[in-house]
Amino acid sequence: MSTNKITTQKVNFKVFRFNADEDYLPYYEDYYMDVTSGEVVLDILNRIKWDHDGSFSYRRSCRHGICGACAIKVNGRSTLACKESMTDMIELFGNKLTIEPLSIKRVVKDMIIDKGDFWEKHDAIHPYLISDVQEHPEHEHIVTPTEAEELLEADLCIQCGACHYACPVTEINESFLGPAAFAKAYRFEADVRDQSHDERLQELHSEEQGIWDCVKCFECAEVCPKDVNPIDKITKLHQMLFHEGVATSNVATRHAVGFKNSIAKHGLLDEGNLVLYSEGPAIIKHIPVALQMFKKGKIIMPWNMPKSDKLDKIKKLVKSSSTAKF
Amino acid sequence: MKKLKYALFTGCTAKQSTPEQMISTMAVAQKLNIELVELTEASCCGASHLQDYDDFLSLVLNARNIAYAEKHELTMVTICNTCQLNTAMTKNRLDNNSELKDRVNEKLKEVDLEYKDTSKITHFLYAIIEDVGLEKIKDMVVAPLSQFNIAPFYGCHNIHPSELHNESKKTLESSYRPTSLDDLIIACGGKTVDYEEKNKCCGFHVELQAPKTASILTGNAIAGAMDANADWMVTPCPLCHLKLDTQTHHASKAIGREVKLPVLHMQQMIGLALGCSSKELGLQHHVSKVDFV
Repeated sequence: MSTNKITTQKVNFKVFRFNADEDYLPYYEDYYMDVTSGEVVLDILNRIKWDHDGSFSYRRSCRHGICGACAIKVNGRSTLACKESMTDMIELFGNKLTIEPLSIKRVVKDMIIDKGDFWEKHDAIHPYLISDVQEHPEHEHIVTPTEAEELLEADLCIQCGACHYACPVTEINESFLGPAAFAKAYRFEADVRDQSHDERLQELHSEEQGIWDCVKCFECAEVCPKDVNPIDKITKLHQMLFHEGVATSNVATRHAVGFKNSIAKHGLLDEGNLVLYSEGPAIIKHIPVALQMFKKGKIIMPWNMPKSDKLDKIKKLVKSSSTAKF
Repeated sequence: MKKLKYALFTGCTAKQSTPEQMISTMAVAQKLNIELVELTEASCCGASHLQDYDDFLSLVLNARNIAYAEKHELTMVTICNTCQLNTAMTKNRLDNNSELKDRVNEKLKEVDLEYKDTSKITHFLYAIIEDVGLEKIKDMVVAPLSQFNIAPFYGCHNIHPSELHNESKKTLESSYRPTSLDDLIIACGGKTVDYEEKNKCCGFHVELQAPKTASILTGNAIAGAMDANADWMVTPCPLCHLKLDTQTHHASKAIGREVKLPVLHMQQMIGLALGCSSKELGLQHHVSKVDFV
């Protein structure tokens, strides 16, 4: 037993309320409550419903961080209500907390949202093992512990949607598949038994919806209640695209490869050349901004390109340490 | 004041598209009595793109950069959020995986180097706050920025993932309620502006492959600062700076609204408060004109 004393704090909750069937506009209801150490965010949702307003609606089920139903936002941060300690939330944001659904534009009632887009994207990556399973196998399919470890982290995903609705790209690009779908795609791509490598990877490679549109903000890793670390899986999928030879030459793949070329030549990145190499003839669209930058001394001419000292050593390392096949 | 000394990893933009960042870093270091030993041998960190293509090569190159800081027996200071992320991430992975560290060191041996895990890596922003101290800065201010509402723009890679970056800081900085830049603005005599986008993404890393997404994010950031009545923005990241300073035309088009604000590097803001001239801070290099100095 912990010897810590029980502490109680007064908290002002501003709670998002909206009923799509009745309300013209959403509104925020204020609740003032004493919050006791040891309580989680879900306890607060329960108390609002049980002690203050029976019509308050939210999803909940397992209360143990398994079902993924109760994800909401506290002060804009995605969180799994049954896992998030109130003490931590108060420490982080203070005694005024705003409780909102994961996505305001998808609200059905209060905390309940229509997660249709999440499931559509989840389905789009074929979230199941694609394999010719023999009806009467003659021997076991052995998966070694090392092979299993590759997908373990990704397998912990509970589809709560915390990362999906925290991702700044899913927010503004309706077709972007999003971090949860990518992490799930990785879970099967990394499975040695899966036999549909190319098909799934092809879809992840496509423009607008695929992994190349990830902005690398790490928001998904930050909010995941199960430490799935989706951006790490996105990076691994990027690597797989190259390793499996699925990657085709486009602006995004050339952009990644361009870094290696540049480092091999200068040690540093040649910014101008990277844009040229990535865009090809489409570089023309960058000319107006480039001219403005040039006028302000922000563009280095190729003959003035700075180089790292001991460049020969860098060249040697690039040659000897390269592992990519593309 | 005791002279502070660091190994400076400049990154690539300081040498090319953000010359003002290099100039102002040196100017501020001089004012604060900081000696910066430039790691001229350092290569590009891969900017979180090289690792998409060749993860091992990215690790080797970053470990090589750190090895040079270790040779000087100095803490490595970065002046770019993405350099900070990639270097700190490399360090974290090598320090927690001895097999990987051995593989990397095997390569480094070919160029007579070794990664030992003896140097700390921190962004210049945190080196200033933790080692110089906000009180000291406050004392040194000769031109308080008191007439300005200043919008801090933190840049993802300095605050996410939190467990990685908090290793290099004495005091924890929250991803969701970061305070370092706000504190620095106040120390310089300015008024900080609170707005939703201050710890959000600027879109820089998809500027080529997803220009629309990138422009909307940039536009939202500047619009958020404008709506909160900011006179200008300040950022510790040169990549965020490039987006916010040079891409306002595309950003305005993407969100259907004219957005533009002067954007200063964190070093330039300190420099102004400490009495550096506009030229000493390279303010003439900005595309969104700095019209208040």
